Amino acid sequence: MYLPCPCCGWRDMREFTCIGAADYCDRPEADAPPEAWDNYLHLRDNPAGPARDLWYHAPCGTWLEVARDTVTHAVTGSTAVEEAG
Amino acid sequence: MKRRVTGGSALDRGRAVRFHFDGREMTGCRGDTLASALLANNVRLMGRSFKYHRPRGVLTAGSEEPNALVELKRDGTFHPNIRATLQELHSGLEARVQNCWPSVRHDVMAVNDLFAPFLSAGFYYKTFMWPRAFWERLYEPVIRRAAGLGRLPRAHDESLHERAFAFCDLLVIGSGPTGLMVALTAGRAGADVILAEEDRQMGGRLLSQAGQIDGQGAEDWVQGVLAELTALPNVRLMPRTSIFGTYDGGVFGALERVGQHLAEPGLAPRECYWRITARRAILASGALERPIAHPGNDRPGVMLLSAVASYWHRWAVDPGRVVVFGNNDHALASAQVLADQGMQIAAYIDPREDVAGDTPFPFHSGGEVVATRGRHGLREVTIRVRGRESRIACDTLALSGGWNPTLALTCHHGARPVWDEAIAAFVPRPGMVPGLEAAGAARGRFSIAACLADGVEAAQAALAELGLKAPDMVLPEAEDSAYALRPLWQVKAKGRAWLDFANDVTTKDVTLAAQEGFASVEHMKRYTTQGMAPDQGKSSNMGALAVLADATGGSIPETGTTTFRPPFVPVSIGALGAGAKGAGFRPERRTTSDAQARAMGAPMIEAGLWYRPSYFPQAGDADWRTACNRETGFVRQTVGVCDVSTLGKIAVQGPDAGRFLDFVYTGTMSRLAVGRVRYGLMLREDGHVMDDGTCARLNEHDYLVTTTTAAAGEVMQHLEFVQQAFCRGWQLRLASVTENWAQMAVAGPLAGEVLGHVLGEVPDLPFMGYCPVQIGAVAGRLFRISFSGEKGYELAVPARFGADLFRHLVALAEGLGGGAYGMEALNVLRIEKGFITHAEIDGRVTAFDLGMQGMMSSKKDFIGRAASQRPGLTGPERMQLVGLRPSDPQAGIAAGASLFQPDAPATAAHVEGHVTSACYSPTLGTWLGLALVVNGRARHGARLRLEDGLRGQRCEVSLCDPVFFDPEGGRMRD
Amino acid sequence: MQFSGFRILKEGLAGNRGWKPHWRKPDPKPDYDMLIIGGGGHGLATAYYLAKNHGLTNIAVLEKGYLGGGNIGRNTTIVRANYFLPGNSEFYSHSLKLWEGLEDELNYNVMHSQRGLINLFHSDGQRDAFARRGNAMLAQGDDAILLDREGVRAILPYLDFEQARFPIYGGLYHKRGGTARHDAVAWGYARGADQRGVDLIENCEVTGISVESGRVTGVSTTRGEIRARKVGIVTAGRTSQVAAMAGLRLPIESHILQAFVTEGLKPCIDHVISFGMGHFYISQSDKGGLVFGGDLDFYPSYAARGNLPGVEQVMEAGMALMPMIGRAKVLRSWGGIMDMTPDGSPIIDRTPIEGLYLDAGWCYGGFKAVPASGWCMAHLMATDQPHPVARRYRLDRFATGHLLDEEGKGSQHNLH
Repeated sequence: MYLPCPCCGWRDMREFTCIGAADYCDRPEADAPPEAWDNYLHLRDNPAGPARDLWYHAPCGTWLEVARDTVTHAVTGSTAVEEAG
Repeated sequence: MKRRVTGGSALDRGRAVRFHFDGREMTGCRGDTLASALLANNVRLMGRSFKYHRPRGVLTAGSEEPNALVELKRDGTFHPNIRATLQELHSGLEARVQNCWPSVRHDVMAVNDLFAPFLSAGFYYKTFMWPRAFWERLYEPVIRRAAGLGRLPRAHDESLHERAFAFCDLLVIGSGPTGLMVALTAGRAGADVILAEEDRQMGGRLLSQAGQIDGQGAEDWVQGVLAELTALPNVRLMPRTSIFGTYDGGVFGALERVGQHLAEPGLAPRECYWRITARRAILASGALERPIAHPGNDRPGVMLLSAVASYWHRWAVDPGRVVVFGNNDHALASAQVLADQGMQIAAYIDPREDVAGDTPFPFHSGGEVVATRGRHGLREVTIRVRGRESRIACDTLALSGGWNPTLALTCHHGARPVWDEAIAAFVPRPGMVPGLEAAGAARGRFSIAACLADGVEAAQAALAELGLKAPDMVLPEAEDSAYALRPLWQVKAKGRAWLDFANDVTTKDVTLAAQEGFASVEHMKRYTTQGMAPDQGKSSNMGALAVLADATGGSIPETGTTTFRPPFVPVSIGALGAGAKGAGFRPERRTTSDAQARAMGAPMIEAGLWYRPSYFPQAGDADWRTACNRETGFVRQTVGVCDVSTLGKIAVQGPDAGRFLDFVYTGTMSRLAVGRVRYGLMLREDGHVMDDGTCARLNEHDYLVTTTTAAAGEVMQHLEFVQQAFCRGWQLRLASVTENWAQMAVAGPLAGEVLGHVLGEVPDLPFMGYCPVQIGAVAGRLFRISFSGEKGYELAVPARFGADLFRHLVALAEGLGGGAYGMEALNVLRIEKGFITHAEIDGRVTAFDLGMQGMMSSKKDFIGRAASQRPGLTGPERMQLVGLRPSDPQAGIAAGASLFQPDAPATAAHVEGHVTSACYSPTLGTWLGLALVVNGRARHGARLRLEDGLRGQRCEVSLCDPVFFDPEGGRMRD
Repeated sequence: MQFSGFRILKEGLAGNRGWKPHWRKPDPKPDYDMLIIGGGGHGLATAYYLAKNHGLTNIAVLEKGYLGGGNIGRNTTIVRANYFLPGNSEFYSHSLKLWEGLEDELNYNVMHSQRGLINLFHSDGQRDAFARRGNAMLAQGDDAILLDREGVRAILPYLDFEQARFPIYGGLYHKRGGTARHDAVAWGYARGADQRGVDLIENCEVTGISVESGRVTGVSTTRGEIRARKVGIVTAGRTSQVAAMAGLRLPIESHILQAFVTEGLKPCIDHVISFGMGHFYISQSDKGGLVFGGDLDFYPSYAARGNLPGVEQVMEAGMALMPMIGRAKVLRSWGGIMDMTPDGSPIIDRTPIEGLYLDAGWCYGGFKAVPASGWCMAHLMATDQPHPVARRYRLDRFATGHLLDEEGKGSQHNLH
């Protein structure tokens, strides 16, 4: 599998670490209610199909959101976390 | 060499090769496979079957071989389950049969065959249950010994293996007529082509059959194409290479046999595991002939017709008198060609009533083979033609039940093939694997002419997708006969008919599975084990599915499809894990003082990927503890030196650096004065402690964060995430500088004197202070921090000066009665002071548990703050950090022990906590421990019982503050 | 029909014509007391114990494919009770006790083989962590022995004791740990449930869950509507999708775990062994194949197949630990879909919808849990009370912070 690093281009997945769904980017406000934090930290749509997940490209230090299909493993694009949102 | 005719396109007849099989010396030719050489030596019995220990001979001439698996001597020992059909002969080759005792001709376990009625599919699920204890003691050992095939020697595998990457525009899998035309078309177009072929020779089936292409012999045509391909710089030929799996992103796994066929491989690896990334790929893997399930079809001497032809044509093996049992036009034509070439065809049997041929051999239409005879090899077959049985003496029975496209690689992404009624086989659909398309026989186009044409078409389509212009290709003329067959999945007659030779699964087993309700194909396979043997069901999946369909009354496509998972051919673990033996498993990280520490005799221990000295032994030491006590004493009484460079160091720089650190630490770093250092806790976002360490403000916009050795990578990744995800636009840069700086701890009452010698004058640094220093011409950094509780400094210099600095510091310390200290002493020193490591921060503890809730700022948001307020993460039911002292100071305690109330039973419900760290403190003359204990902070002074059942230790301990030594901290501050 | 050696003799002599289907193939009825969605190990065990322990037989198991076709049919078959956190410890201890009587219970040879499990450690820190674990196992009433390096060498002389990058310091030996024949577990529970009257309905995919006024009333399936008072979701690998039919969003992320089996070999590995420095565990099946696996592929996936980097990591760990296996050849690999939770422990609990229950989140340790999972889920569905050994497997524990994080990795699903 290859992933498009916004900094380095298409690179072998061996260079990346995945931490799961891109939900981790949507951090609630500090004073958000506990439900918002539970939602953020634990609950997942966990789609079978198109999804966005979070990868770290260690060689350049870039975090990226990858658009990927969890059934076919097709990779359709990526965005640097720094640019997203 | 009793069974050789003249010729043999694969052979170099002038070069005799001596080899040993089962202790007997034999002679073959250069170019032989082990199987062809054995057949030429009139050896038909090559092994015993898995379950019934039936005599077995070679069935095929390729990697799909289910029977002829042998043990092969290589690198001083025997390798199990080597396919005789794939192993090339070399001088000195030694092979032996497997799964039999005492010999392949007289195998005691063949008694199983007599009990076959009681060993039907799944019998073991229904018995061996009583008495219960007999399973592990009797039944299972007997079953395990009877099962299995080859033996795996317990000596380490010393074979050489390699791994490599390759990239291409177009990967062509298979080099038969289709593959050659694909490679030729794409090669002429200028595409980067890899042509991978499992066999030693390119050409596929064209090597095994007579016939003309373009007016010349097929083999000559192959040689001509290969000559052109070899001359093209953009085409790479990879013979002896099996593509074993398709993966995401156009990645293919491949195994190349590099040295296994060489008598003296030298430094050549046995195999090379390739990761091939191809923009497009074409599967031109051809088709596999299928056997026919008739009674007694497993005897040595029963082979596929295509294999008989291969052995005849390529290896000049004379099969003797041959009965051909085929159900298709291709089989009939093939028999005629072979007869023309001089093979003794004793009879041709075809179940079809409506075929006839003007053949030079007896032709029985409407016939079936219903029995075979011959204990260790075929002597005779019984045929039934329109109800009448007769016997035919023969040496070989050649089966042809039709052809299955070799489509396994198209199924590796989970897509299912479709049923093609015309050829009674499954064929791949387009797009089953992105970028991979089948062509030629692999998608059911069987004639040579059709394959050649399909190869060109497939190449043109791929070239168009690659943006390359396809050249004009003139199709060579070739055979284009029709392929008609009448499916014959099983001959219904008395006696057992094998489907899966390798796992001894018969048509009766499949029928019985259906009778017992295992009627879905997946259930049937699991219940009978069909398809799970080393040949992965290549020759049996289709037949078993058909027999199951027959038993359940459904059609084949209604009943199911065949499925395939990687690898297409078995791949050695040694190849896939190449390079990982011994030190190759992980990189080694060494500090700049590593050589010096080793030279001082220090045993080095692993700390993550790093090595660190455990202790520094001296002559006369009783054991490691003597050294540990001495080194602890250095620090407490004079001065000790320790290389702490393995701790992670992260530079955080920029106008928003302080603001950023406030967000990632529980405490406030932005208000730290320049030249000051602060201890800090980082939490994970889920509220638990991730790591602890120091943060120094070197300059207005320049901070240096330290992490523990273990968490350096995790913290860096975390900080990068926080910055990029939540601090967009902040002016800030992060860089790991762990490897840039060598850092030495100098600790003890005389630490200042040592530094005085190094720096000339010791800066007047307060505790938790920092200043830049100059050591001669070298710019260094001095921190006044302590992990030992003594007056201590850490002196950092650019890494290239680390070795010299360490040597110098140790010499100075030794001059003052101190010296270097290792990890053991470091651990004692920190436990005496109640400093934590990842033994305490085990990923489940909170700042509250550690008694550090005061370090959690209430005035700001920080990572982990919200989640740390969950009710389950605070409160008296939490286990909290405490110190432990045994009532008897000499009662040794160890980390991992459990704690109970003095009178409570040692059961799970009564566990109060556990010891996280323990040591003998030479300073205090007692054993000490740190522990996590329920509501521990409120229970200082309480006595508990320590139970370490694993190591037979039990003693009374009392809880106390975790800081055992110098609780006011005066020694490190003043 | 009672299975026995005598029966095999009798049937063998009669041409094996007397064997009957192991379970019926009924059509679904329109109405049941309870439905179990998912005919895998956990679902079948739940149905079995509902019938056996609670006398509830008007129940059906709905399976979209064939029984036992999910992770119960594709796993590395390890059975153990070596957890250390309260909540897990008592649950797996209970499960192991059920395993120990499972053949008698089911009259089906599931080949539970207590050949012993050895977890290796390679540093003082790992030793301390295993010592804690071992002492917790002893306190739970289970068995554990701490082996030093020579103790390991005496049992497993073929490991790399000479050149290893991470030397073996010792191992935690759990003698009652072992393996079982995975398919037989599913089939044994299926047969037992069927014999007690449970309808096992294959090729019946649930397409909707009906909820009225906060209460479950039944399900829609590819074989029609089925009403029921209580419905249990026991669909590892597809839990999130099935729960979403009832509007639930769960603390689960699906990941791929690859596993591998080699060609058959004569007995060479007699125990279950796990490596401490790379994620790697191995045993040898009774048929002779080495069965082994490692870590997740790490990216969310439902593809039931993995990629080469994951393969390589497992093989590298194997070569580092026991270089003899370099000569063995991988015959098959597969990828299973794992319900990963944020603390690595499962969920057996009610849901916010009345009558809807959840048994999920087994990460990649669900096989050994099958008996106790079925036992406790049955208890929950029958009594509406959590079973004492499963009381901490609450759905709301992530919100409240009462976590069961054996790995200490925190709320990142793929790290457990």
